[in-house]
Amino acid sequence: MTQDNDALTVGQMLLKHGISRRGFIQYCTAVASSLALPPWMGPAMAEQLRSGPRPSVVYLSFQECTGCLESLTRSFSPTIENLIFNTISLDYNDTLMAASGEAAEAARNKAMQDNFGKYVLVVDGSVPTDAGGGYCMAGGRSAVDILREAAKGAAAIVCVGTCSAFGGIPFADPNPTGAWPVSAIVGDKPIINVSGCPPIPEVITGTLLQFVSTGRVPDLDEHRRPKVFFGNSIHDRCYRRPFYDQGKFAKSFDDEGARNGWCLYELGCKGPTTYNACATLKWNGGTSFPIESGHGCLGCSEPGFWDKGSFYSALSSAAWGKAGESTPLRVLEVGAGAAAVGAALGLAAAGSARLRQHRSEQQTDDETTGG
Amino acid sequence: MDLLGFARGPALKVALVVFCLGVVWRILGFGLLRIRRDWNRPRASMLKYLFGGALTVATRSIPHPEFIARTGPGEALGYSYHLGLFAVVLLFTPHILFLRSLFGLRWPGLPSGVITVISVLTLTLFLAVLFRRVTNPVMRMLSNFDDYFSWFITMVVLVTGLATTAHVGARYETLLALHILSVDVLLIWFPFGKLMHAFYIFPSRAINGALLARKGAAS
Repeated sequence: MTQDNDALTVGQMLLKHGISRRGFIQYCTAVASSLALPPWMGPAMAEQLRSGPRPSVVYLSFQECTGCLESLTRSFSPTIENLIFNTISLDYNDTLMAASGEAAEAARNKAMQDNFGKYVLVVDGSVPTDAGGGYCMAGGRSAVDILREAAKGAAAIVCVGTCSAFGGIPFADPNPTGAWPVSAIVGDKPIINVSGCPPIPEVITGTLLQFVSTGRVPDLDEHRRPKVFFGNSIHDRCYRRPFYDQGKFAKSFDDEGARNGWCLYELGCKGPTTYNACATLKWNGGTSFPIESGHGCLGCSEPGFWDKGSFYSALSSAAWGKAGESTPLRVLEVGAGAAAVGAALGLAAAGSARLRQHRSEQQTDDETTGG
Repeated sequence: MDLLGFARGPALKVALVVFCLGVVWRILGFGLLRIRRDWNRPRASMLKYLFGGALTVATRSIPHPEFIARTGPGEALGYSYHLGLFAVVLLFTPHILFLRSLFGLRWPGLPSGVITVISVLTLTLFLAVLFRRVTNPVMRMLSNFDDYFSWFITMVVLVTGLATTAHVGARYETLLALHILSVDVLLIWFPFGKLMHAFYIFPSRAINGALLARKGAAS
């Protein structure tokens, strides 16, 4: 996509665009600050980025809805155009690139050959494996083949979105296509999961920028997500948290509590078990996030979020039966069944004990009467 | 399935089944035992006999005036932590939501901060109860594994609940899972240990009172 500029370093590129070294260091410091990196990382990032050519990025889309890419294109800091024109060389993305068909595939192959061992592989979407991988094909090849080939020469894999990170909606029960997350297919490369359905755009660009500028995988949590963005739960950073502590909960989406901005826990908010930066970075350039718009968190950045029961059941609810079943009725049935078995056991125990009592009393009476 | 899903799904189901089965088993097995035939002539009418039973339930639930100096503090301690437990279990909103999801009933709760204070007080009383049990020679002699395990599992439920509310020690979902798992263990243990006093205490007092009334003793 940016063949003419491939030979230039990022520093040369920026000078060409009239951006001074000082301005670039300021920009990198601001980015480092937004990533919660130490202050000295700003100039270090600037130096790393300025001295080398723009790192090659290959972006593969598999079983997905393109929501993640839609999200990425709405990044405010850094903006997508700044990222792909000045910081990285986005050598393949079948949605954004002008080329198509064989030309597009050729661009991908060339980027992978020229940058073998150095390029960043971004994957969006889960990988279907059933029917020989036939549920997702591009250029006559299955997603699983393309992924395995592309992963071989990648310095690291960034999984954008819950589908590529944890399987997402295609992976949800009954998983008709045999979909898997990237980590289940590729086991020998560093994987950074940027989960979310979709992820916050600044989290995608920030993670990419952090990796290409420092050359190392950021600190990750147990789900391989950058701790800087996924270190806190939504609940811990939620502006409605004081209402949770006060026990003030909205009971429906249009009651007085909802209008007063009370906690949405009772309405099924998954904020306490969801780790993401929604409550701090927010969306659309820091405008708002789902809870601020009046709806509980769905927990979309967590593994298996689609199969964890109703979005509208409180987190402390029991998980009984299938969707649509009346839990109290089911509890009553199961409880009555258990009680019936208990009653049978109790009657048997009591009967046996009474028999023993009776014999013992008879023996005592016989001894007393000398019979 | 993650730990939280397991705790509030299959583990909770098994625990509730064992609880229902065990409680009914123990109540019937105990309640249908034959009371040894008393050949003595009754000293009271049937009405007084029954009244004596009901009266004993009441009189044994309050300190006896004659022994209040000796038994009062222990009874106050017992009442306090039981009331604390009731408040925490029944008036904390996430608990109400849990019970509503199981039984379909709901009622108003107390602010989470108030519940936290009650929980900490109850926890302190629980420690005092244990201290009393291990320092009092008579109580120590009467205590066995059942007493200590029943205390322990109730304490674990309280501690994990507090940690979950305060988000201390681990991630919220892990703490919540551990809290629900500890409740599952408590439910399974309940019918087979001394926690069954919740069901036995009043019937046993009533039966004792009635038998004593039959013999003409004051309740």
